[in-house]
Amino acid sequence: MPGLDPGIHAFLSPDQYVDGRVKPGHDAAGTAGVVMTYIAKPKFHHPGLKKNELGYTHRDYEGKISTLCAGCGHDSITASIIEACYELSIEPHRVAKISGIGCSSKTPDYFLGNSHGFNSVHGRMPSVLTGANLANRDLIYLGVSGDGDSASIGFGQFAHSIRRGVNMTYIVENNGVYGLTKGQFSATADRGSKSKKGVVNTDNAIDLVAIALQLGATFVARSFSGDKTQLVPLIAAAIQHKGASFIDVISPCIAFNNHAGSTKSFDYVREHNDAVNRLDVLVGREPIHVDYAPGTVQVVEQHDGSRIALRKLDADYDPHDRVGAMTFLQKHAAKGQIVTGLLYVDPEAEDLHAHLNTVDTPLNTLDAKALCPGSAALDKINASLR
Amino acid sequence: MSVQSPISSVNDFVVRFANVNGSGSASANELFARAILRHGVPVSPRNIFPSNIQGLPTWYEVRVTEAGHLGARGGVDMMVAMNPQTWDKDVASIEPGGYLFYDSTKPMPSSKFRADITVIGVPLTAITNSTYTDPRQRQLFKNIIYLGALSALLEMDPKLIEQLIGEQYKGKEKLLSSNVHALHLGRDWALQNLKCPIGLRVKKADKVGDRIFLEGNSAAALGAVYGGATVCAWYPITPSSSLAEAFTNHCKKLRHDPETGQAKYAIVQAEDELASIGIVIGASWNGARAFTTTSGPGISLMTEFIGLSYFAEIPAVIMNVQRAGPSTGMPTRTQQCDIIACAYASHGDTKHVLLFPEDPAEAFEFAATAFDLAERLQTVIFVMLDLDIGMNHRLCRPLRWDDARQYDRGKVMTREMLEEGRDFGRYLDVDGDGIPFRTYPGTHPTKGSYFTRGTSRDRYARYSEEGPVYADNMQRLVRKFETAQDLVPRPLQANAAKPTKYGVIYFGSTAPAMDEAIEILDARGHHLDRLRIRAFPFHSSVASFIADHDFVYVVEQNRDAQLRQLIVNENGIDPVRLVPILHYDGTPITARFIANAIGDHQDHLKVTPLRKAVS
Repeated sequence: MPGLDPGIHAFLSPDQYVDGRVKPGHDAAGTAGVVMTYIAKPKFHHPGLKKNELGYTHRDYEGKISTLCAGCGHDSITASIIEACYELSIEPHRVAKISGIGCSSKTPDYFLGNSHGFNSVHGRMPSVLTGANLANRDLIYLGVSGDGDSASIGFGQFAHSIRRGVNMTYIVENNGVYGLTKGQFSATADRGSKSKKGVVNTDNAIDLVAIALQLGATFVARSFSGDKTQLVPLIAAAIQHKGASFIDVISPCIAFNNHAGSTKSFDYVREHNDAVNRLDVLVGREPIHVDYAPGTVQVVEQHDGSRIALRKLDADYDPHDRVGAMTFLQKHAAKGQIVTGLLYVDPEAEDLHAHLNTVDTPLNTLDAKALCPGSAALDKINASLR
Repeated sequence: MSVQSPISSVNDFVVRFANVNGSGSASANELFARAILRHGVPVSPRNIFPSNIQGLPTWYEVRVTEAGHLGARGGVDMMVAMNPQTWDKDVASIEPGGYLFYDSTKPMPSSKFRADITVIGVPLTAITNSTYTDPRQRQLFKNIIYLGALSALLEMDPKLIEQLIGEQYKGKEKLLSSNVHALHLGRDWALQNLKCPIGLRVKKADKVGDRIFLEGNSAAALGAVYGGATVCAWYPITPSSSLAEAFTNHCKKLRHDPETGQAKYAIVQAEDELASIGIVIGASWNGARAFTTTSGPGISLMTEFIGLSYFAEIPAVIMNVQRAGPSTGMPTRTQQCDIIACAYASHGDTKHVLLFPEDPAEAFEFAATAFDLAERLQTVIFVMLDLDIGMNHRLCRPLRWDDARQYDRGKVMTREMLEEGRDFGRYLDVDGDGIPFRTYPGTHPTKGSYFTRGTSRDRYARYSEEGPVYADNMQRLVRKFETAQDLVPRPLQANAAKPTKYGVIYFGSTAPAMDEAIEILDARGHHLDRLRIRAFPFHSSVASFIADHDFVYVVEQNRDAQLRQLIVNENGIDPVRLVPILHYDGTPITARFIANAIGDHQDHLKVTPLRKAVS
């Protein structure tokens, strides 16, 4: 019989634990006798937790307990994603979270527990996300990737998903190092930076923000995992943006890239962070209460009507000038500064669905009646082939 | 040298056109094939072309076959030699007694011809140049002029050709009349200056019936439209590109909302095959029917994702239009050489479903069915075409669609089912068929979400590295593959008139050559039962067919007897009982080749009594 070799299938441990149904609620941790290799979060929470517009609490946006190292920058980004989704009152299950492979790509398991997640193939998150987006344009697509994932093995997929204008929020959790394989340089590691073992990197770094700008991303930002007040509104604005949003988040690796000589350590990034602006995402239609000095706040209205209030920190910086942004970045990078903030936004962005002129109804809901031309059309085709 | 009498044959001969790539000959040659079809005489044309766009030699071969033998025959009865570059080889390839048609504008030394063939010279360039001044017109109409001359030589009905030209240029009066004019220029010259007809003739018959004439790639693309595919991601590669392009064209006609003009499909030309299959997997994961088209090198690139499709159980359809490998191999030549590569694609323990269509009609059916199978089995399905089926027009039965047919969307747990409190475990086998339920992203606010991953996990999709959990899942995947065995198209068996100890197994594009070979072998006194395999995993009838015969020939178009290997491996068959018959030079397999190979082997098996042998 195909496939069934009557061989001896030997297992070292009994198979009585393979069916998760022995555990009530499946995710409740600690049931005696159950061997697990994941950590579920306890269900209880404080009764007085604040609720958002939809009646959800923070807890409703959380996922499993992180298995990353204590103090990892990625966990701060996870917290920021949770915060942004809570603030925007997004229905958690309307988000599809897609990642590649690596430390960063593990994180979608740690937020939005009621969302479908897809931990795909190393470097291939962009193509999987593109396909998912084509199938159902109504969901929110959150792509989470790392610097190994997006700047090395998946550099091509990163580039092409950006140039197609896929409606997504593409977050790179950038630590300049391969964590899961214990500390090799990644392609975003700066030239001259030193590894934990003392090796000096001689290769030039890839700046994903510069590439995203060049390839036509319609929302480009950089932030730092240690600066949640900057990061949360950036993520929220990126989610609201209808087009290819890209955020490069410098996220120090506590285990392999947080030492002196690293340019991705907490200390180094704090010292060299040059924020060009701060933003607030405006929820609702009420007029904004401006409490900044006149001329320092710019309100950007996006295509879907959502608004961002942008507080300028650098008077010369114009986030609607793509070419200017590229020049600004290059100049500051040469001075060793890490430019952060909302670097570019095109409020009139178009996405891949607009380019393909696809129907408003998600493709995955079209039935045979909508898709199959039927026998009459086929008879005509047959007749034309004689 | 004995005098060779010219070949005389009605409705049974091979004409080969030797052209230069990019000279616009393809449409004239195709017109020739279609015109013969309009006489009620079946034809089987084949493109033989290099991996190049312009300047290199290209051939178009038309087998005229009233008997309906649609495989390649081998040999050339008439050569239309329009390419000086390949002249010597082309002339040498003509059968003794055959015909050579050439442009006689420039005189050729007699050493360039053969004594045992009939040479027919028509001053094509002279006729063309005296009629047309535009260089492009000269080139294009030269092709129609030789078609006109051929119609006279082969005694074809010019009205039927005119009718075809009329259909082709409907509404473009100027083009229509100028083409008809060119046709008659050639025809009249031949009638006035040559002995018409020659020994090869086309006579009206009634052997085409309601059959249609199309390429397998176009048919498979149409199958994808009918099968409900909404997402197609692909990367250009010969010989599969025309499949994606045909899908685009079919969709433009059949898949736009009549009111809004919006598209009920999305096609992405990806940056490489990795992205193509990634997009397909992402779309299928999200509940759309998606496919990619590729050929061997693309399959090699896709293997990591194919393993993900298998292990994470995500539907995907891959249409593999096979070409000669390995590596870049012979990109424009046909083979059935990716059987093992696809059946076991990816690292770790993997097995995949393969479908083997024999012609465009079956390519249409299998392409549509592939989407049902992919969603039912939640895994990758390969539709294994090849260049011979994909890029050649083939006469085949009309395409059929039952309007009552529903798409099988497989086991999808809906919001209502979750509300009812149905237990959802993404990798939980609730029915014993190895197939779990899945949910589409966004189904329910609190129930039915799960995390898809290529790492091992338990029945509820939670990460696990526990040995028993892993093994439990791997065993279920085997059960699922067993389920597939009864869902895929079954093999078709045809028995010899008399009981026989010998059988033959074949598949895919070998079918027409095999059918013809059976007739030749019957005439030689070798009778065989035959089984056409249409899918992998193999149905139990494959093993019983082998058990019922002493020897079974396995005919395939690759060097390593890949289907035979798969049968031996998967069914535990003694290899000695399966005799490989292998054709792998990149040309389509012929009936002559099969009949000779099997016939010779049979002759050796037969012990002829001495008395009979000497009498």
